[in-house]
Parts: sequence; C-alpha cells; structure tokens
Amino acid sequence: MSVANIIVDGKPYSIEGAESKNLLEACLSLGLDLPYFCWHPAMHSVGACRQCGVKLYKDEADARGRIAMACMTPVVNGLRASIEDPEARAFRAGIIEWLMVNHPHDCPICDEGGECHLQDMTVMTGHVRRRYRFEKRTHRSQDLGPFVAHEMNRCIQCYRCVRFYRDYAGGKDLDVQGWHDSVFFGRTEDGALESQFSGNLCEVCPTGVFTDKVQASRPTRKWDLRTSPSVCPHCAVGCSTLPGERYGELRRVRPRYNADVNGCFLCDRGRFGQAFADSGDRLRHCLVKEAGGQVPAPREAAIAAARAALSKPGAIGIGSPRASLETNFALRSLVGADRFFVAISDGELALHRLMRDVLRAAGRRVASPREAELSDAVLVLGEDVWNGAPILALRLRQASRNAPNETAMREKRIPAWDDAALREAVQDRPGPFFVASPGPGPLDECAEASYRAAPDDIARLGYAVAAFIDPTCPAPEGMGEEREALARRIASALMRAKRPLVVSGSGLASAALVGAAAAVLSALVAAGQDARICLVFPEANSLGAAMLAAGGLESAARLLAGAPEPAALVVAEADLSRAAVRGDGPSLMALAVATIVLDHSPSATSREADLVLPAATLLEGSGTFLSFEGRAQRFIALRPCEFPVQDGWRTLDELAAPGREPRSLDGILAAIASELPELAAIVDAAPPSTFRMLGKKIPRGARRESGRTSMHANLDPRDPDPRLDPDSGLAYSMEGAIAAPPSLLSRYWAPGWNSDQSLHKFQSEVGGALRPSAAGEGAEIGARIFGGETGRAALRELAFGGAGAGAPGIPAAFARRGDALLVLPRRFAFGSEELSAKSPALATRIPEPRLFICPPDAARLGLTEGASAEIRFEGADSVPQVLRVAISDLPEGVAELPWGLPALPGAPLASWAAVRPSKEAAR
Amino acid sequence: MLSRDEKERIEAEAGRYPSRRAALSEALMIAQEARGWLGDEALADAARELGISSASAESVATFYELVYRLPVGEHVIQICDSVSCWIRDGESILDHLRERLGVELGGTTADGLFTLVPAGCLGLCEAAPAAMIDGEAYGGLTTEKLDAILDGIRGRKRGDAAQR
Repeated sequence: MSVANIIVDGKPYSIEGAESKNLLEACLSLGLDLPYFCWHPAMHSVGACRQCGVKLYKDEADARGRIAMACMTPVVNGLRASIEDPEARAFRAGIIEWLMVNHPHDCPICDEGGECHLQDMTVMTGHVRRRYRFEKRTHRSQDLGPFVAHEMNRCIQCYRCVRFYRDYAGGKDLDVQGWHDSVFFGRTEDGALESQFSGNLCEVCPTGVFTDKVQASRPTRKWDLRTSPSVCPHCAVGCSTLPGERYGELRRVRPRYNADVNGCFLCDRGRFGQAFADSGDRLRHCLVKEAGGQVPAPREAAIAAARAALSKPGAIGIGSPRASLETNFALRSLVGADRFFVAISDGELALHRLMRDVLRAAGRRVASPREAELSDAVLVLGEDVWNGAPILALRLRQASRNAPNETAMREKRIPAWDDAALREAVQDRPGPFFVASPGPGPLDECAEASYRAAPDDIARLGYAVAAFIDPTCPAPEGMGEEREALARRIASALMRAKRPLVVSGSGLASAALVGAAAAVLSALVAAGQDARICLVFPEANSLGAAMLAAGGLESAARLLAGAPEPAALVVAEADLSRAAVRGDGPSLMALAVATIVLDHSPSATSREADLVLPAATLLEGSGTFLSFEGRAQRFIALRPCEFPVQDGWRTLDELAAPGREPRSLDGILAAIASELPELAAIVDAAPPSTFRMLGKKIPRGARRESGRTSMHANLDPRDPDPRLDPDSGLAYSMEGAIAAPPSLLSRYWAPGWNSDQSLHKFQSEVGGALRPSAAGEGAEIGARIFGGETGRAALRELAFGGAGAGAPGIPAAFARRGDALLVLPRRFAFGSEELSAKSPALATRIPEPRLFICPPDAARLGLTEGASAEIRFEGADSVPQVLRVAISDLPEGVAELPWGLPALPGAPLASWAAVRPSKEAAR
Repeated sequence: MLSRDEKERIEAEAGRYPSRRAALSEALMIAQEARGWLGDEALADAARELGISSASAESVATFYELVYRLPVGEHVIQICDSVSCWIRDGESILDHLRERLGVELGGTTADGLFTLVPAGCLGLCEAAPAAMIDGEAYGGLTTEKLDAILDGIRGRKRGDAAQR
C-alpha cells in the first residue's frame, strides 16, 4: 500500500492506500464535505455529473490551477487541490443549478424528503434561488410493480439507477432512454421490475425518482422512524438491516451497512418480506384448545397448563432453523439436549451437520460474502445462490469481473475506481467463473462455462477438479473426454487464481455436492492456494439449529413413539408441515399427549396445537442468528413486546424454572457459551445489555422525532413512561448517546448529510469497515465462530468419506431409473421462504407452482407446456400432486419442483417420482 | 416478425463484431427499413436476434434520431437546427415548412405524406440553411427552393431518392 502526501486547501494530508483511491474518496475519508452525485461507494466513479469539481494545481508556484473532477483524479504524491477555491465553488454552484432546472421542487410531498442526497447537495453547494423561468420538461412515470414507486420528473440524470440495476445487479428490464434534456430511466412499458435487487434503487437514486412503495402507503419521514440494528431473517446470508417503525408499525426495512456481509445493499425479499410481523393474523394471545377449537386464555392459565403438560417426564422439544439461537437453546434446556430436535427431516439435518463439519475443518477459509466478492476464480457446485442467498449472488456477480478487471488495470493502466473505463475495457468478457447446476440461472451470464447436469454428475465434476489439482485425490471413473477437459480447465483456472473460491450448499439436498466442494477446497489448500469456501444453508439460523439439535423430525417421532408413557411436544417457531418429511408432521403431533406451540405467526402446526403461546418476531424480540459462514449476529428489538407476546426464549426459560425470574438475554448468552464452547463467540456478537456510551444508552429515535408525547393520547393523554429494554444497550427514546459501536448503530445521519450517503461519516475510510467506537468495540459486525487453522486431513476425510463420517464419497454417474424422474427442489427468491411469503407486497411476486421438465422427457411422457402432470413420489403413500408443466432446460431424467411455496408446502427434497399426464386440473 | 432476409442481414452484421450487441444500431436500421419506422414488436424482434433485452435496445433506439419509434409519413424531412443554419436564418425555412405542411416538429401531415423532424446537425454548414429529405441533402435553401423540392417529391414513393 502506497502512501501519498497531498495538500487540500493548504493543509497537508497523508493518504494510505492511495493507488486505489480517487480524490473524492480521499476527501470524504478525510471528513471534508465535497458534493457529488454519480459516484457511489460500491459502484465507484464515472465522472458524469460534474458535481465534485475541485481546483488542481501543478505545483506550489501554480496560482491559477484548473478545474477537474475529484472522482476522476487519482491520488498521487504531491497532489495539490482546493475545494474552497472561489472558481471551484462557482463551478459546483453552476452544475447544481443546471441539474435542478427541471426538478419539480416537490420535496414536501416527496417520500425522499428529509433524507434526500439532492437536498443535501443543493444546500451544501449554496444553490438557494432558481433563475430558470421557462417550461420544465416533464415525463410520464411508470408503474414499476409492488416494491418501487417511480417519479421521473425528479430525475437529475446521474445514471446511478441503471449503473446499479443493469451493470451491477444484471437486471435486464430497466434502462436509460432518450437523449439531451429528455433522458428517461425506466422500463419499456409499465410492469413490475424483474430484478430481485430492485429495492436498492431507493437508496441508489440520490433523489425521489425511485422510492419505497410499501413505505409510501404510510408515509413516514426518516426522523420520525425509530430504528434498531437488526438481521434479515429470510435467508442464511444474515444481511444487516435497519427496520424502521412508527406508531408501533413496521414502515420499512433498509440495508444496514455491513462491510463483511451485505455492504450497502439488500435483496427485495429482505427489504419487503418482514411485513409478516404486522400481519393481521399474528398470534397475539395465548390460545387453549377446547372442544369447539382454540380459544383465547389468560396468560397465567396458559402457562399453568403448559407447566402441567411438561410436568410429566419425557417431553420433546422441536426447535427451528428460523428461530434464534437463544430460543432454540432455551427449548433445549427445557426438554434436555437429547430430547431437543429441529423441524427439518433427519436427512436435511445430516446434510447440515456435514456442512457444519466442513466449515469447522475449513476454519479461516470459510469465506464471508465480502471475501467471496474478492475472489478471482469461482466454482459454483450445484447451489442456486441467486434464489437461495441473493446477496451472496450479487457479490459473486462482482467477483466474476475481478480477473478481467485486474488484467485491464494492469495492461491499460486503468485505476480500480474508474468504473466506466473498466467496463468499456472488459466488455462482456467473463472471468474464470464456472457454474454447474441442473438448470440455467442468472449467474450463467457471468460464467466462462456453465455445466448442466444432475447433482451426482456435478459432484463428480467437482471431484474430478480436485483430482486434477491434487493428484493424490481419487478421481471419478468414466468421466468422458469432454467433462474431463472441463474439469481440467476449471482446475487450472482455480490454480492460476490468487483467491479461488468454491461454492456449494444444501439446495439440492446432496451430500455428494458438499463432499465435492470439500474435496476441491482440500486439494487447493494442499496445492498451497489461498482458497475459500462458501456453503449455503437454507434458513437464517439453519447452522445454529444444526449445532444444537439431537436429530430431525423422524428421530423425534421415533423417540416419542418409543416413550414408556405419552409425553408432551413443544414446538418453537416452526411449522412441521413445511418440513420435507412425508406424513410425519401430523403423526408427530398425534403421538404427543399434548402439543404446545410457541410462535408469532399462525401455521398448520399452531392451528392443531393444544396450547399456543405467542412469541415475538425479531422486530419485538432480541436474539442471535448464526449465518451460513458461522457469523453470530445479534438482532435487537425495534419495538417493545405487547403483553402477552414475549421473546420465545424468555417464555421457555420461564417454563424451565418455575419461581425464578426468567433470565435476560445476557444470561441466556452466558449459558450458551458455557454449555457449548464452540458457540462462545456469540456473546461478542454485540455489546451486552449493560453497554453505555459515556453512561448513556443508544436511542432508537431521532433527536427531532415528532409527536413522541402525543402518540398515544387517544388512549391516555398523560406522557407515557418510556418502555425499558432489558436486553440491549438501546433505549426506546430519542435521548441518549450520540455515537454507537458498529453492531449497535441505529441510524446514519450527520450534520448536512441526511441521506444514507452519510455512511462515509461512520467509516474509517470510504468503502471500508465502520469506525470502531471509542468504547473499544471492534469494527466487525457480529462474531465468527469458525476461524481456526484449516484441518486438511479432516477436510479430506469429510470429502471422501473416512471412518463412517462425512460425505458418501465420489458418487456413481447419474443414471435414469426407468421412466421415473429425479425431482429436485427449486427455490424461488419470492415464495420459497416461509415468513417473507406472508408479506402482501411480496406475495404478488410468488410464481405459480409448476413442474419443470426438459423437452425430451416431456415428449417421452406425452406432456407439453402448461399441461397437467401427476407426480407420485416413490415410497410415499400420500396423494399424488397435480401440477402444470413448464418446459425447462434441464438434464434428461431430472425434473424440478418449486420448494416451499405457500401453495405447495412440504415437498420432499430430491426424490424419485413417477410423472404422467393427468386429466385432473392442476392446482 | 422479421423476415428471413432481415434476420440474415442482422446476422451478417453481428458476425462483424466480437460482441453481438455491437450490431444493434445496424439491426435497428435494418428492421426499420421496410416498415419506415420501428414499432415495439420490430424493436423486440431485433433485440431478440442479438440476444439482448428490449430495454437495452430501446435505450439505443431512443438515443438516435434516425430511429423512428412512431409511425412517420411517406417522406421524412429533417430540418437542420444547428447553429450555422440558425445564423443563416434557418428558422424562417422551418416556419415556412410548418405553415405549408400544417404540422409542428415531430408531426406528420394529415395525408400521411410528410413528417417534419429536426436534425442536430447535417454537416452541411457551408450550404446552410440545409435539410435532408428521404436521405437526400439539400443546401442553400430558400422558401421558393423548398417549395419546388416538395412539389417534386409529392407523389414519389419512399426510398426512391435513396435508390437513385
């Protein structure tokens, strides 16, 4: 890293890592205010808007200088610049006056008002009087679907929307139209934005062209929102979020900057999925089953009934991959470690444990999403990252450009931040990026080569790659010339790379794929490569649940069936009917003498329960999720629980120890750390509840929050007592500390910087990690539990199936089984995840369930696009499913069935099935 | 639907570049040629030929003034509105055209014969004021000269000028 000594407005500064910075980034990192529009911390410079013009001077003798764009100026030793120079100031004032010529000045009715980068820059530049007195150009705005509202008249043509949507996220249906002073950013016609990253336009747009349509239904200014640091519950990536509420209602979810996980962005499932927490059918009362059905009951009575049911020995607990570590652990403590299970099938749990073991052995080579983005060669083995872990996919999309970018930087001497020049130089040339999957997906366009095959054949490709890298690894037999050539090509690309990455996961329910990924990693490590691995789990806390559970649902049913006397069943935040276990969900409940369900949202399971205890969602409760990389991250309640709703872990702890006060979050965390040393780091995921900044708690409200004392005047005109938060260092208040450590940061705001672009005021340097607080907390958000030295021998054993543990080893080539098809689960960004599917905005984007089959199989089975097909799973005695057929580019003998859609819950994962035309109409 | 001939011509253009996308402007002009203008369907068809999205093709189509996204008349009159023509009183030529044809810029005469559009610069500054009609350039325009030209064109089929 080079250091450059520069002079800005006569003051000397020393800039570290100067070769990768431009002058705008350097100035912002120094805390100097310099207005800009087209530059973005994740998308860098194009030099389009001309707003960041500064004076540059040749040397000490140069008094005249010349105006140059700071965002296009490399930081070199001896650079002399002036922001405050009168000519530079006049230049910037002129630019903003031009940009504002057509702007409608409709701030009072604009949803961006109060957190608008354009407002901030206009004020910063001193443009206070409009001289333009002619007609403004106007546009007809479009209906862009349920997520994003469009008001083109506010546009200042910075191009950030298309640079994000099209270039950064690979969207195809939003582009720029027209020219001159009639430039339009939109779709060719009205319609929902197709990209699952569309919500980011709300922050990427510096003004109110693209705004959050869900928030607009109940408009709330940023300063009136109470916000708290949270974690997205809708997949295993664990993006940091900043939900905001007003009058107790969730108004919006925004990305919270986390350099290691999601950076500046969030997918639409994460942004628009959390409305489930405000759903009208939320479980808000204790329910007791009586002859006529479930009826509300007082909490004391319900707790007494639960205690009575649990007083008999042998109760069994079913935890959940969507519940916090704390709730799972409290249930485990209540029923005993050997009677605590998780609401997934035994097969899934075995796979998740294998993945845990691989991550454990990989240690420090487990890639964070940021590390994944820094990779310069990627092999994706089977996993549909795009739909299963969207933000990881967005990061991988950027990774695919690293190698070609580095070549262009070296050969054409283009700086890393010069986005337009790099894209021009690289064009569509893909880097060493390989995608092996059964069907096509959006990451294919990033790939040098894609390989379409059944899971076993993809695993064989992985094993063959490992054998080419490390000849001591056994190689699969009979690969055929073509596949062998592909494996060799991938192997040499991974070996040429500086930071190779292998990605797989549980998406196709294949242990062989996880084994193959472990084999590739172990081979790369053996060859001395600085390699990394990502294994994608299905849900927010799948890894955490796998680390606590004694078994899956089949094991639970066996234990319950074999018990000497009937025992009770406690289910925490899970719908047993969603698990990929055919018929076992209801039978498990039938085996129990009584079923107690703790949940926040109703499900097939809660509706059958004898007793329902309402639990907090992550918006009213606090807890910890363990992400797919083993990063423990704390979510902190946004709003207080309304009696009798309570954190699941608190209720369970209350049941576990009658007479004793339930433990606080800190108490549960300490218990987890002492009982499960591997999870000890979760205590450090965020500061404890005793945390204070200079003696003060961190406020959830902004200092200018309005209506605080009159908000509940309809109920009680007196000023309400502030609600207490016993579980975190945050307060339900607008008063308190003015700074916060990164993991407790509840809002971004700085004087003069009201929009999210104030982020740089919280970073050590632009684009980097958040600045550690004076209280000594680290810069990293969350704490990783994996990080030791890589156990090469252990990895290899897991990959090739050593002493009974690990993957099954190299599988045989995929072979069709007569007329049967191997039906694989296909995940959808919208609909496959349980909680987000309940969000009204998101529900409109859930696809109709279809059976995906390839043209030859369709022809053989006499099926055409849209025809009804009957699917009968092998070994299942349940009613066959009837679905419409969609012809898809899949390998012969392989079909795909949507997984987890509300209309189609509980489908088995990767099962053989007989498929034939059906006369019955499809659902 | 694009004709086989159009598809073949687009394919030939695509073969000339390392990236198929690079042939987009040619593809749009090929698709426009027979139709006189480029409708939504023709635009989408041309984009599909090159494997790019309609939005991306629209972006290029709406950038170039020679791609007509709305129906045009039998003959397209491009009147230069650059600075040289303005200095040489091009505005009076434009006013005359407006009056004679009874349309504003961007409009098509009721009989569907003429469409009047502005051109950024025709590169005919030495012969300003200038116009281009059906691809043929006319310089040193006066209202009389323009009337004579339009009288001569009336009745001619589209493309006649280009073929000559």
